[in-house]
Amino acid sequence: MTRKAILLGAAAGMALASAATAERGSDGNVNIIYWQAPSILNPFLTGGTKDTEAASLILEPLARYDASGNLTTWLVDEIPTVENGGVAEDLTSITWKITPGIVWSDGTPFTAKDVKFTADYCMDPDGGCAQLTKFENVSDVEVIDDLTVKVNFSVPTPFPYGPFVGVENPILQAAQFADCTGARASECTEENFGPIGTGPFVVTDFRPNDVIQFAANENYRDPNKPAFATVTFKGGGDATAAGRAVMETGEFDYAWNLQLAPDVIAKMQEGGKGTPVAGFGPLVERIMLNQTNPSAELDADTRSTAKAPHPFLTDPAVYNAMSLAIDRPLLVEIGYGQAGKVSCNWVPAPEIFASTSMTCDTQDIEGAKKMLEDAGYVDTDGDGVRETPEGLPMKILYQTSTNAVRQDFQALIKQWWSEIGIDAELRNINASVFFGGDPGSPDTFQKFYADVEMYANTFSGTDPQSYLGNMICDKAPRPETQWQGENISRWCSDEYEALYAELGKTSDINKRAEIGKKLNDMAVQGGAMIPLVHRGRISAHSNTLGGVELNVWDSELWNIADWHRKTGS
Amino acid sequence: MLTFTIRRLVLAVPTLLFISLVIFLLLELAPGDPMAQVPLTVPPEVKEKMREALGLGQPMHVRFWKWLVQFFWIEPQVLVDHYFGTTFSEGDLRVISWQTRSPVMDIVIQRLPQTLWVVGTAYVVGILIALPIGIYSAYRQYSWFDQAGTFISMVGFSVPPFFSGVLVIVIFSVNLGWFPSIYDTTLVVDDWESFRRQLLQMVMPVTVLALQITAQISRFMRASMLDNLNQDYVRTARAKGLGERTVVMVHVLRNSMIPVVTVIALGVPSIFGGAIITEQVFKVNGIGQLLIGAIQANDLPMVQTLTFIFAVLIVLFNLVADVLYGLLDPRIRYD
Amino acid sequence: MTDLTNPQPASAPRNQWLDVWDQFKSHRGALIGSVIFLLIIATVYVGPLIWRIDPQFLPQGRDFITLRDTRPIWVGLWDSSAKVNWAHPLGTDNLGRDTLARLMFGGQVSIAVGLTAMLLSLLLGTLVGVLAGFTRKLDGPLMRLTDLFLALPLLPLILVASLLFRESLSAAFGPEGGTFLLIVILIGITSWMPTARIVRGDVLALKEREFVLAARSIGTTNNKLILRHILPNVLSPIMVSATLGIATAIITESALSFLGFGFPPDFPTWGRLLNDGVDRLVSFPERSILPGVMISLTVLSVNYLGDGLRDALDPRIRGR
Repeated sequence: MTRKAILLGAAAGMALASAATAERGSDGNVNIIYWQAPSILNPFLTGGTKDTEAASLILEPLARYDASGNLTTWLVDEIPTVENGGVAEDLTSITWKITPGIVWSDGTPFTAKDVKFTADYCMDPDGGCAQLTKFENVSDVEVIDDLTVKVNFSVPTPFPYGPFVGVENPILQAAQFADCTGARASECTEENFGPIGTGPFVVTDFRPNDVIQFAANENYRDPNKPAFATVTFKGGGDATAAGRAVMETGEFDYAWNLQLAPDVIAKMQEGGKGTPVAGFGPLVERIMLNQTNPSAELDADTRSTAKAPHPFLTDPAVYNAMSLAIDRPLLVEIGYGQAGKVSCNWVPAPEIFASTSMTCDTQDIEGAKKMLEDAGYVDTDGDGVRETPEGLPMKILYQTSTNAVRQDFQALIKQWWSEIGIDAELRNINASVFFGGDPGSPDTFQKFYADVEMYANTFSGTDPQSYLGNMICDKAPRPETQWQGENISRWCSDEYEALYAELGKTSDINKRAEIGKKLNDMAVQGGAMIPLVHRGRISAHSNTLGGVELNVWDSELWNIADWHRKTGS
Repeated sequence: MLTFTIRRLVLAVPTLLFISLVIFLLLELAPGDPMAQVPLTVPPEVKEKMREALGLGQPMHVRFWKWLVQFFWIEPQVLVDHYFGTTFSEGDLRVISWQTRSPVMDIVIQRLPQTLWVVGTAYVVGILIALPIGIYSAYRQYSWFDQAGTFISMVGFSVPPFFSGVLVIVIFSVNLGWFPSIYDTTLVVDDWESFRRQLLQMVMPVTVLALQITAQISRFMRASMLDNLNQDYVRTARAKGLGERTVVMVHVLRNSMIPVVTVIALGVPSIFGGAIITEQVFKVNGIGQLLIGAIQANDLPMVQTLTFIFAVLIVLFNLVADVLYGLLDPRIRYD
Repeated sequence: MTDLTNPQPASAPRNQWLDVWDQFKSHRGALIGSVIFLLIIATVYVGPLIWRIDPQFLPQGRDFITLRDTRPIWVGLWDSSAKVNWAHPLGTDNLGRDTLARLMFGGQVSIAVGLTAMLLSLLLGTLVGVLAGFTRKLDGPLMRLTDLFLALPLLPLILVASLLFRESLSAAFGPEGGTFLLIVILIGITSWMPTARIVRGDVLALKEREFVLAARSIGTTNNKLILRHILPNVLSPIMVSATLGIATAIITESALSFLGFGFPPDFPTWGRLLNDGVDRLVSFPERSILPGVMISLTVLSVNYLGDGLRDALDPRIRGR
């Protein structure tokens, strides 16, 4: 308690010191540009980052992750743990205590009933809630009193911070959404476009897929915040234009997620109006190796399924050689610059889950050649492409989504592979088809009608348990599952599965990390994928905008209440 | 001509119904998934539930019927309600976008102003520049004016807006700082100052678009004029002692207008359709941007509605062109 | 008197096509246009035999850093600090691939796609336009078909077509041949409608003219009437459509490839090079401007060629 008081005092002191003018609405307007435009402001009806982050100006969760990925209190006084009694000993419930005095932007008090309502809203079977996984194993939510709410789980849950934590599942106002549950969720246009929240801003005008205008919330709990009176949140265009508007013309103050080559960003920075900032979550650009045979000669029920194993990609000599031939530091330099790091891991973050057992930062073409040579892959017909011991040429199809950096990577990696005698044919597919789950399309990443494919994946929050679960044999996409499933490479290992089951029973964080690292190593060394780059997110802010702290674990706009215009500009 | 017009209008109804069915089937057949933009962290079971909530579980013909009813029966009621304060449409489900879960027509109406301002102005400007250029180029064929016109219009047409748009942004927004690079759709024009800002932000997108339109129309105008300038009737008219001005501007022009009218009529529906790339480059966020966004997100009700409105305009302006042919050349008979 | 009973022409009657050629030769723009067009064709098709750098080759290891991002040699004239390399006169891209080789290779694809797609679209458009304008019975259905095609959203249409035909075309003509056919057909069937409308409009007016009536009255068959009398008179709008069509086809190809329905990503075409260069427009303007200039040059030369051809084929002009 004393420590908290000191912290509070320090924070207040800093606030006083930083700006004497720190008064609500004193800094005018701030312009934010997201090159993907928000379509809706109800995070439960959309999975899109653009939408949840825009909504985070209004709606807030009970607790969220700070810029370094630690859980931090938001609408509650403390994070419940087993030690402080907030989490039951048997890990089947968690009790949150809401900070007294918080009100909605319409002036009504924020209570435990709103929290319970939010859970019921999302768990309604007809609602099509996008955040349903956050409520996995939640049996019910109990209102203990106005400011205490208890979440009961049907099974012991070692990581109980799914519901009401993070940008994806903030609290909705029960009074506003009472008539919008279940099948009616999508009919409530007015509510979905203008939710009432506890956050620093309220919506004044929402134009779907175009622009949102916000004004400071008069009932925000900190009377001096936010510093900005209004926010203009423009969407649309492309990352290049967004970066240009912040760093070169200075028309905008903040640009989100600039997926651009580092030399392009560096050139923009010469404009002198803004600065790029990078932050690292667990996002990894990787090449998935198809464990099954994608040959077009196979019939539809066999092609790319476990019935037909891949002719050579399952051989450790092959995938290790392919990995060894890749110059990862160069990929980072070409494609991501300060927003990328070499990665040999599938789970590169948070720190305690990141395995350190593998290194992969040196390219060794000769070593790779020797590895293939020793395993019997030799070029028998002199065409520069090796043949497998069975006489099959090592020709592979390498697909990815359309994206300038990915096409550069494809060209580079194709060249390296050709040096070691593996011939890759390249394909790029429009992202909306590639990442769409249409079982009728041959071009989705789930269907994987190619030998290798490249994309990036991540997990939300800081606990990788469900992400590690992606490599379970049963999650392989196949005709029986309508080609849905997360085990894209169709990798399968009994040993892995047993260890994964153990993770679900472990609650001690250090033991969990230990198991997590082992699982990571098994999947990578077992040839499920070739990790390439640990990708960060890069955003840019104007040089006159203060208080920006890039957060990749939660909403990038998580601390917008603290943003302010720097004095002297 | 009137009977012809009425007959064509009546015939347009089955045509349009058929077009809407073809569009619907095409969209159904196209690979794509409204969940494509949902992050990979959302598991497939949840995505399946979300699809069901959008009504994707229903069979195809039911969904097509629903769209027909919503578009042709409920939406007009909403319009009536809006103007007369009645409550015919209360409780009825309108055409709802999958992306935004809001009525499609509301968004279309929200987007119309910027599209009409930018694309409409560009079209008018383009035609006004193109016609004189085309006429004079033909009249003085192979003069320096004609050569320059040919050069500029061909270069202008072969340079795509994704390049020329970025080029003018780099020159006029980044280096010179004259115009904003991002169009402000929330700007309300109510005084001279806001009108000035509206003009400033329109200059670049209008220029880029008008260049393409001018290039195209002036080429057709020139070619058609050239064809007619050598005809016998021109010689007759001159021999009759008619002034050069009358010969060119009345006789030749009128006879040369048929292909130009066709091209202009073809282009009018695209004003409504917006200019996808130009809108994207300048962040105008009009109908074109709405359509491409909806296609990428596989927002079928939105795509279906927008393309259908587009189809109505196409059929309508095709008819207008046919009527104009009859006025320009009374020998053309349809009956 | 024998002269009258047995007329002996002073010389053999001149072939009509010789006249056409004479007229074409005297058209300065047409000559320059055809020379430039032939030069472009020669450069992109013969050039790679002389300039033997693989457009897809990436330098390795240390070379990669030294050879990437070099500028064209003329930049060295005013900027002595610019990274230039005489081995790559037009510079290299951000992965060290030679720009000259890529422009030549890209030109082969773009010109082939542009010309074939344009021809296909003209053929379809003219056919539909003439039939609709000339035959009253067909006018309604054909114009409704045109309306339908104009109304179809392009992207879903491409998605469906590539879903249905890509694999079978690849199987029949090899991956590159299949892609080429798919692209050409896609561009062709999505761009014939304006030509059809324009041709129809002209034909509607033409068929009521006196000379058509005259031809008909001497018993000219419909086929002959169309080929001899109608078509030559709608040639000029067709020529304009042709030149504009090439530009559109080249750009559309790049859009298709960008979306992933065209050529593989490491397969350079002018449209793709232009598109890829836009992000680095300030630092490396040549990467977009060079392919842009090539597209414009091609279109301009075809335009002048068309102008000359049209004049040469017009007997009224030829006589003078």
